[in-house]
Amino acid sequence: MKPARTMYGLLAEFDSAEQLVQAARKTREAGYLRFDALAPFAVPGLDEAMDLPPTRIPLIFLLGGIIGGLTGFFMQVYAAVFSYPINVGGRPLYSWPAFIPITFELTILGAGLAGAFGMLALNGLPTPYHPLFNSPRFDLASQNRFFICVESADSKFNLTQTREFMRSLGPLDVSEVPG
Amino acid sequence: MSTAGANLEVSRGSNVLAAGYDYESVTDKISDIVLKRKSGRAWRFSFALAALFVLILTAAVSYLFLRGVGIWGIDIPVAWGFAIVNFVWWIGIGHAGTFISAMLFLMRQDWRTSINRFAEAMTLFAVACAGMFPLLHLGRPWEFFWLLPYPNTMWLWPQFRSPLVWDVFAVSTYATISLVFWFVGMIPDLATFRDRAKSRIARVVYGILAMGWRGSARHWHRYQTAYLLLAGLAAPLVVSVHSVVGMDFAAAQLPGWHSTIFPPYFVAGAIFSGFAMVLTLAIPLRWAYGLEDFITIRHLENCAKLMLVTGLIVAYGYASEAFYGWLSGNEFDMYMNVNRALGRYEVTYWVLIFCNVVTPQFLWFRAIRRSVPLLLVISFIIQTGMWMERFVIIITSLQRDFLPSSWGMYYPTKWDYATLFGTIGFFTLCFLLFVRVLPAISISEMRELVFEQSGRPHKEAA
Repeated sequence: MKPARTMYGLLAEFDSAEQLVQAARKTREAGYLRFDALAPFAVPGLDEAMDLPPTRIPLIFLLGGIIGGLTGFFMQVYAAVFSYPINVGGRPLYSWPAFIPITFELTILGAGLAGAFGMLALNGLPTPYHPLFNSPRFDLASQNRFFICVESADSKFNLTQTREFMRSLGPLDVSEVPG
Repeated sequence: MSTAGANLEVSRGSNVLAAGYDYESVTDKISDIVLKRKSGRAWRFSFALAALFVLILTAAVSYLFLRGVGIWGIDIPVAWGFAIVNFVWWIGIGHAGTFISAMLFLMRQDWRTSINRFAEAMTLFAVACAGMFPLLHLGRPWEFFWLLPYPNTMWLWPQFRSPLVWDVFAVSTYATISLVFWFVGMIPDLATFRDRAKSRIARVVYGILAMGWRGSARHWHRYQTAYLLLAGLAAPLVVSVHSVVGMDFAAAQLPGWHSTIFPPYFVAGAIFSGFAMVLTLAIPLRWAYGLEDFITIRHLENCAKLMLVTGLIVAYGYASEAFYGWLSGNEFDMYMNVNRALGRYEVTYWVLIFCNVVTPQFLWFRAIRRSVPLLLVISFIIQTGMWMERFVIIITSLQRDFLPSSWGMYYPTKWDYATLFGTIGFFTLCFLLFVRVLPAISISEMRELVFEQSGRPHKEAA
């Protein structure tokens, strides 16, 4: 059997989070690059085991917050000082303390929306179709099972050897994911 | 299946999760509420009743749009009647949801896990009810967009120095961020529903909502960071929203409103009534779906403790208002306090004192904090009390201010009551639908709790 284009990769199924972390570490140490670990909850220690790079999410939050805050503040300054100045008993037009609450709210709004949509964008969601969903066992990845998938596109991928390697991780089962 | 760590389950029950649960059984238990169970008789009866009140609301609002705000009891001097009382009450109730999901998350409180999802839903529905009132209260509700800055041919802007405009931004930001926080938290559970649903329509709908979530470690990594940061943003947001609502009043010169204690005392009052609403919803929910293992006595007791603390802050607020009214030596401030306690609306004041100051004192007793029926009764009393508080603050202050020649009375009409009870029906209807179509408890976080509670699993493998 050839690792034809019609195969996305090999999928190993585990029933515990610890095994998943172990398996992810071994897969990385074996030199595979195009692999993923799939879990029904955020497993502690999995990031380190896979050596994932730090995310840019905090930066997106920060930038969204800065943009929201500046927009909010200068919109109010523009309205109150330039566009529609109202002289109320000679009080200063540039009354910045009164502009803080809205600036604060728009900072939060900008940061929150940028961060939430940024998270979805970096995760490539929505992704209505993914080859992993072809695997009949994969429904359990959102319930009670843990999976490692090594993609056939990995340069180190060899159907026989990779299958052997994945069996050595102690999974319940290793199966092929149709592409 | 002899691999180490198989059949991981919570061997010793804890006070936040009963023993014997594993990843599969928490998943089954929570998702079966929606995917397998039929709606019971109690649910259908409640739904019909809530729908009836929504019809009443629709009628009241239609008639309001036809005739204007004159159908309500408001007039000069009491121009802010039930509408603003209800607005403040509902927005206050909404605060506990975000408090639970954001503040308790940041403080790593394990008792947050099984109550945050429905508390957040409660927040959204309460904010939806709250948001109706300022709009209905507008003389020309179809011009509601005048509240927002937008390019217009008159070159006009909202008055950004006014707390009422701050409120527009605070409440709309709060609604948006609460929705985002709630939805982001639900994505993994929607994927669970997608994978477990039997009917094709359900698979497609949950599939669209889950957006193709597959539990990838890379996704979880970004997801966890984003969730933590959203919590960090939502926590100060909760405080800001009711502070701004407090400033709506405090910025006015009226005796009884013009007080620096308003923002903190409003925030405490909001969390006070919000936790009462969490209990009001949690107790029937755990009873109806047999969730006593997930929503344990400890959860209820902790809500009760927070009600006690915030109730004491609220009591301090009342005392401080009375004390500073007296200390100021100001004729109008002193009269305001006398008028509240002994004036035409004295009943509402004493009901308020009974509900918000006397009743929470029972929560000092552990036996009462752990008695489910008593907690339900106390939470109803507190919600009544908090509604009365806003009534007292708004009506008695407006009713008699400086000049006796401009004093007046406020009598709510049947349309005022119809709108108030109509929104309660709307809130209940939304919540009943939520429980039937979405995961009322966060499944992925419950799995994480199982993982944490099952001890260090390599120990168990022996």
